[in-house]
Amino acid sequence: MTPVKLYPAKPEKVYLFGTCLIDLFYPEAGMDVVHLLEREGIEVIYPDDQTCCGQPAYTSGYHDEARAVAAAQLDLFPEPWPIIVPSGSCGGMMRTHYAQLFADSERQAQAEEVASRVFELTEFLVHVCHVRLVDRGEPQRLAMHTSCSARREMGLAETGPQLLQQLSNVTLVEQARAAECCGFGGTFAVRHPEVSAAMVADKGAAIEAAEAEHFVTSDCGCLMNIDGHLQHERRALRGEHIASYLWRRTA
Amino acid sequence: MSTPSTAKSPKETVQGGAATPEVQTFDPRHFHAQAHDALNNPQIRGNFRSAMDGLMRKRRDVFAEWDLETLRQLGANVRARALARLPDLLEQLERNCQANGIQVHWAENGDEACRIIRKLCESRGARRMIKGKSMVSEEMHLNAHLEAAGVEALESDLGEYLVQMAHETPSHIIMPAIHKNTGEIADLMHDKTGIARTLDADTLTAAARAQLRERFLTADVGLSGVNFAVAETGTLCLVENEGNGRLTTTVPPMHIAVTGIEKVVEHLQDVAPLYALLTRSATGQPVTTYFNMISGPRKSEEHDGPQEVHLVLVDNGRSRIYQDDELLDTLRCIRCGACMNHCPVYTRVGGHTYGTTYPGPIGKILMPHLLGLEATRDLPSASSLCGACGEVCPVKIPIPDLLVRLRKESVGEGRGNVPGAGIKRNAKEVAAWKSWQWLATHPAFWRLGTGAAGRFRRLSPGHLPPWTDYRVAPKPASKTLHAMMRERCRTESDS
Repeated sequence: MTPVKLYPAKPEKVYLFGTCLIDLFYPEAGMDVVHLLEREGIEVIYPDDQTCCGQPAYTSGYHDEARAVAAAQLDLFPEPWPIIVPSGSCGGMMRTHYAQLFADSERQAQAEEVASRVFELTEFLVHVCHVRLVDRGEPQRLAMHTSCSARREMGLAETGPQLLQQLSNVTLVEQARAAECCGFGGTFAVRHPEVSAAMVADKGAAIEAAEAEHFVTSDCGCLMNIDGHLQHERRALRGEHIASYLWRRTA
Repeated sequence: MSTPSTAKSPKETVQGGAATPEVQTFDPRHFHAQAHDALNNPQIRGNFRSAMDGLMRKRRDVFAEWDLETLRQLGANVRARALARLPDLLEQLERNCQANGIQVHWAENGDEACRIIRKLCESRGARRMIKGKSMVSEEMHLNAHLEAAGVEALESDLGEYLVQMAHETPSHIIMPAIHKNTGEIADLMHDKTGIARTLDADTLTAAARAQLRERFLTADVGLSGVNFAVAETGTLCLVENEGNGRLTTTVPPMHIAVTGIEKVVEHLQDVAPLYALLTRSATGQPVTTYFNMISGPRKSEEHDGPQEVHLVLVDNGRSRIYQDDELLDTLRCIRCGACMNHCPVYTRVGGHTYGTTYPGPIGKILMPHLLGLEATRDLPSASSLCGACGEVCPVKIPIPDLLVRLRKESVGEGRGNVPGAGIKRNAKEVAAWKSWQWLATHPAFWRLGTGAAGRFRRLSPGHLPPWTDYRVAPKPASKTLHAMMRERCRTESDS
């Protein structure tokens, strides 16, 4: 699905597209992204006028509305620096669907150019920064849920686990049916709540069954869903964004 | 189809003369209620989960040694090339079939196809039909139509045979009775055919075989589907495992093959990659037990084979799909069922929940064209867009993109090429998205709004159904990332 990507050399500066979920609900994860990138000697530029990539409207079929919102984001990255997105879902939207959204419009070239500079965080840390992590944390059994967009739309099933495997005290366990969706799917969770609930219940149970003490995701949508479900069921297992986990254990 | 209803009428079939059964009917309009029932039925959940797990594992194992990506691209190209020349290829197919002695009939919709088939039966005074597996015949509710005309149609595919005996519809396009476990099949066979109840699959199969064998020999007509119709040779390819397809198409004096117009391929050599992809994607088999290539009726010097062979080419909405260059990809499908095997929604709700002939991801992108977006209004949205279907599709149909396209059509922002376009557009939802658009294109107000959500986070609702029926409500952080980054800039410029 994803064409071969030739990665650039490590840049001096990057843009951060924080995503609306991180902005509103998980800003600490956003700050941890900044810390991780700065430690690699990269200056992080956070365009103040960013809002949302437009995906919620796009997947709901409201493409005129999505296009207007996406157009407002396109103008925020004038310099040729990479755009780091700590979410496979928003990253996939920008990399894959912006070109479709602006096809045959006057913004087509701009959309394609911006899309070509979009990198998901773990992808960027692995393939561009060639990051080396030194684990300072206690031994822990950890599971990772890679979002479907990161896994399939962006072809990044491996980059998250590659980072976690560098943590010497972390035992990365794989839950059964790891590649299966957690049931979030944006408005899907609201339009088909019972099906979504069955999916997240299975996902939570699978992570628990793998005897993970903690879990991470690369997408705050999945996190809000899985962690929110486990909290609702008063389970002890908790999750966080992979950026926070990486930073906490290596700072 | 002119009528969007898929509800089946109760019907007595030839099985054992049991009393009129309770017929469970499913309708795409009741997707939510049907999903609710399936989700709360441990038997259904367990049967599908274990069956789909097995099918996914078999597919993965059988492709392990292959360059799957290259093969899928080849499959996609073969199908796309055939579709690009579809009108020409159909005419070529007709000419070459006729030259082979196969009579070709065209049907604009399911009703017309049923009439053609009924008339063919009447032309021989046929009362008994034996059927190989054909999803197109399900699509047009052929059995009910023939029954009303006094023709008994008996399904000979083992899964279809069981489903027919249970007065149900298929729950999977390749494995019609996949919703039943061995215990349920044992009960069914015991109740309907009177054999001793047994969990031994071989004994059950032998009992079905004995009954079917007699019916193959006495049937007046055999009806089958078609997997690939080869334009350059006028050959009809039929893929099967049970030998029922071969018996259906060779023993009765008349063979009727029925297929959608999209099943045509250009060259005989195009069949090889598609067959390689089909069996592996469907059941994880490197090859099926039978692969039939039907090239005409019995010749004068031959001792067996049907005296007449007919091909019924059914449009039923396909030519409308053909006219839209995005939706066209839907017609690449070779009906392997891999999309449903890998679908987390299908695995949980099962095939009947969809209430349509074709369930699962392919059903969600195909049935709106056949039944309209009103009857299927809940199907395009019944996906988390996880992409598993598109990832495994052997002909690379971009199923998630097509789901999004149908959502776009549903809310009236598409090209209007799907019946019922705009059916889900409502003022409230449009207003909500317009407000979101305004806020997300006015960054100062966005920051004001998100900042306020954080400051008043104690007031943020903890009860947000349906989200909070199963999860806790997300709470806005006290400070947004915007605010944190602004503070950081200030601190840096101060120092």
